[in-house]
Amino acid sequence: MKLEGKQQIWNDYQKEIANDQYYYARSCIRQTFFPGSEWAYLDILGNKLGKTVFDDPKHTTCTGIGYHSDVVPVETIMTVVARHFALMTEAGFENMTPSCITSFGIYTEILHTWEQHPEMEEKTREFLWKATGREFRKPRNLAHTSDVIYKFRNEIAAQKKYSLKDIHTGRPLQVVDHIGCHYAKMFPAKGIGGAEFPAVLSGMVTAWGGESIDYPERRHCCGFGFRNYLVLANRGFSVANSKKKFESMQPYEPDFIITNCPGCAMFLDKWQYTISEMEGITYGHNGYGIPVLTYEEMAALVLGYDPWEIGLQMHQVSVEPLLDKMGIPYVPEAKYKNAKGEDMGHPAYPTYLKVY
Amino acid sequence: MMNFWGFSIAEARVIDYDKNDKSLAEMLAEEMPTTRLCIGCGGCSATCTAGNLTEFNIRKLQMLLKRGETKDLRDQLHKCMLCGKCLLVCPRGVDTRKMILFLFRQLSEQDHNS
Amino acid sequence: MSVIIIGAGPAGCEAAYQLAQAGEKVELIEQEAQPGGNLNNWYQLFPDRKSAQELNRQLILRLEHPNIRLHLGCMPTKIDRREGRFEVQLNDGALLTGQALLIAGGFQLFNAHRKEEYGYGIYENVITSVELENFFTNQRIQTSTGQLPKRVGFIHCVGSRDEKTCNFHCSKLCCVTAVKQAIELREILPEAEILCFYMDMRMFGPGYEEMYREAQEKYRIKFVRGRLSEASENKAKQVLIKAEDTLIGKPLKMTLDLMVLMVGMELSAGSRQLAEMTGIEKATNGFLRVKDPHFATNETNQKGIFLAGSCSSPMNLTDTLTDARSAALTIREYLKHIDL
Repeated sequence: MKLEGKQQIWNDYQKEIANDQYYYARSCIRQTFFPGSEWAYLDILGNKLGKTVFDDPKHTTCTGIGYHSDVVPVETIMTVVARHFALMTEAGFENMTPSCITSFGIYTEILHTWEQHPEMEEKTREFLWKATGREFRKPRNLAHTSDVIYKFRNEIAAQKKYSLKDIHTGRPLQVVDHIGCHYAKMFPAKGIGGAEFPAVLSGMVTAWGGESIDYPERRHCCGFGFRNYLVLANRGFSVANSKKKFESMQPYEPDFIITNCPGCAMFLDKWQYTISEMEGITYGHNGYGIPVLTYEEMAALVLGYDPWEIGLQMHQVSVEPLLDKMGIPYVPEAKYKNAKGEDMGHPAYPTYLKVY
Repeated sequence: MMNFWGFSIAEARVIDYDKNDKSLAEMLAEEMPTTRLCIGCGGCSATCTAGNLTEFNIRKLQMLLKRGETKDLRDQLHKCMLCGKCLLVCPRGVDTRKMILFLFRQLSEQDHNS
Repeated sequence: MSVIIIGAGPAGCEAAYQLAQAGEKVELIEQEAQPGGNLNNWYQLFPDRKSAQELNRQLILRLEHPNIRLHLGCMPTKIDRREGRFEVQLNDGALLTGQALLIAGGFQLFNAHRKEEYGYGIYENVITSVELENFFTNQRIQTSTGQLPKRVGFIHCVGSRDEKTCNFHCSKLCCVTAVKQAIELREILPEAEILCFYMDMRMFGPGYEEMYREAQEKYRIKFVRGRLSEASENKAKQVLIKAEDTLIGKPLKMTLDLMVLMVGMELSAGSRQLAEMTGIEKATNGFLRVKDPHFATNETNQKGIFLAGSCSSPMNLTDTLTDARSAALTIREYLKHIDL
């Protein structure tokens, strides 16, 4: 791979990201499956980078899951999104930062649609007014939360306690990134590096000492595809896509996978267990899986957060081998204890996939 | 292995050229170099007696063979009626009937040996 | 009477010679330090495998005609029309005059970097058809890791018939070039597997279809009908490609040790500049528009300005030379007319 060739093209895919004053839109899946991620994001932005982020309790789902599985009509989702914009306006913010790439895709799609069809925007304003009596201004800047972390990757690097390096050998960790379809493929120009040259996560990886693996199926979908997963009969397609990715990345012996999309984090993590049960195959070293982190978790680890505080025990694939490589201390006994120190109980052991 | 999910991992439809065994096609090409000349025009399958009554598609069949997709070959081959109409229309002079006979022979030898 | 010809590729050289032989004075302008244009980058020509440099040598030799003045390393900076004469100011200070102007600015090859997803300039074992010609000239074929390639894929229509690169046209020559190069490659690599990925095989010229047939039967070149959709690099620096085998109706994937991009033709930057300076219209394919596709194939919307060769559309060398001779005839007719 000739890197100069890539960098030349990466230059064509830059995007504007606001510097401060963010209105935060949470993700349904991320806060359910990886709740520590969103907490870590807010803490990093507020306490490490000194930025103002407004986490609005009045905010709801964007209904993207329903929209993409054909149960929520477009007029409805536009009105729900309009309400989000109204909440942002009321709170005095202009920079919208969704924590989910599907929300990001939906906001982008809706703003684009309104640009092309102003009559739809008018209609939505009318619906919102009738339903809630609210009015809104469109965001001045729309960035996914990974864009924000990407923007401050060097500031985070300056404060880092651990590097993406194997402390025993000094070798940079080999990282697979997965940027997600709704971030990079619906409106490639709106994502850093687009789908062809995804830079948003690999930019963080290199800034924090790791190396990004460009493997053949890097751009392939994780297989989530709402209708694929939600319909039982289609679920075999979903897992087949993840499997295709694992098979393609395995020869590179990645130390971990980093994901942009809440759904991808969940599927790349949990399908490893499913595949191991169905076919007896595991993809990591010595019968373990390949750990999967969200970018917030990766940032938090680099900044020295406690692994259990940021919820890494919620992962199916054990993250301990990665923590050991990076030299991050953790208390094994504390893994399944709650904040009060009470035992939360242990999950069952898989048949083939080794776990700690 | 257990499966309590109610679904299994879908098989990819993709032709995996690196993994597929193309030896039968190689043997055929050695024996009958004219089989390399097909340009996929479909003249043969349009006139095919069997193809008008069944799923048999001689054009596609030899393409599948060349890519090493031999799974269907065995099921399909016997549908050929050996009438030889395909020979009359082929613009590249591929000896299609001889090709079918060769494949029959190879497959039966394989069966015999196994 | 004198004629100013801009561009000393095959078309410019041939037209210059034909006009000189007919008694006209010719001013032949070439921006490069040597004549020959794109022919300088080629090794052998289809369909007869003639040495490109031998043909080039013959064309250049004829420029020694006493009626031809060759201006190498020169570019027009200004073109004026005064009292029925063209005045061409060159960057070296010379001022040339002539009664007719012939544009033979030719084509340029598609810049394969623009087709990002094919990985040219990024993946180590992706090369263009021009680079392969250079390999042939040096008789050395190897992968980036120094090995003999075991499987080579030729990708047709790179930068042609592709809305995504803003090129709607067919470059005509790439199909036959791929067939020619595949055969040349077979001679060097008797054991390798060689495949061409095509959308349509456009074997338009005399001897081309026969060569295609021979490539299949004698040279064991395999042809897959399907456009390359994605390429990526694996750990061994091979190129992993995906296309549909459209004659089967299934997606297909394979690894290649070497991938050759058959880059198409576009109007050259020089020709484009000349069109802007002289007000010549461009056709929808981006090449210069001829006045009439049947009766006035060398004339333009500007009186006294003529075209020869591949600045008006993708052409092979046979057609380029024929077109140049046709342009010489057309210009002579024109000169006779203004003589009266």
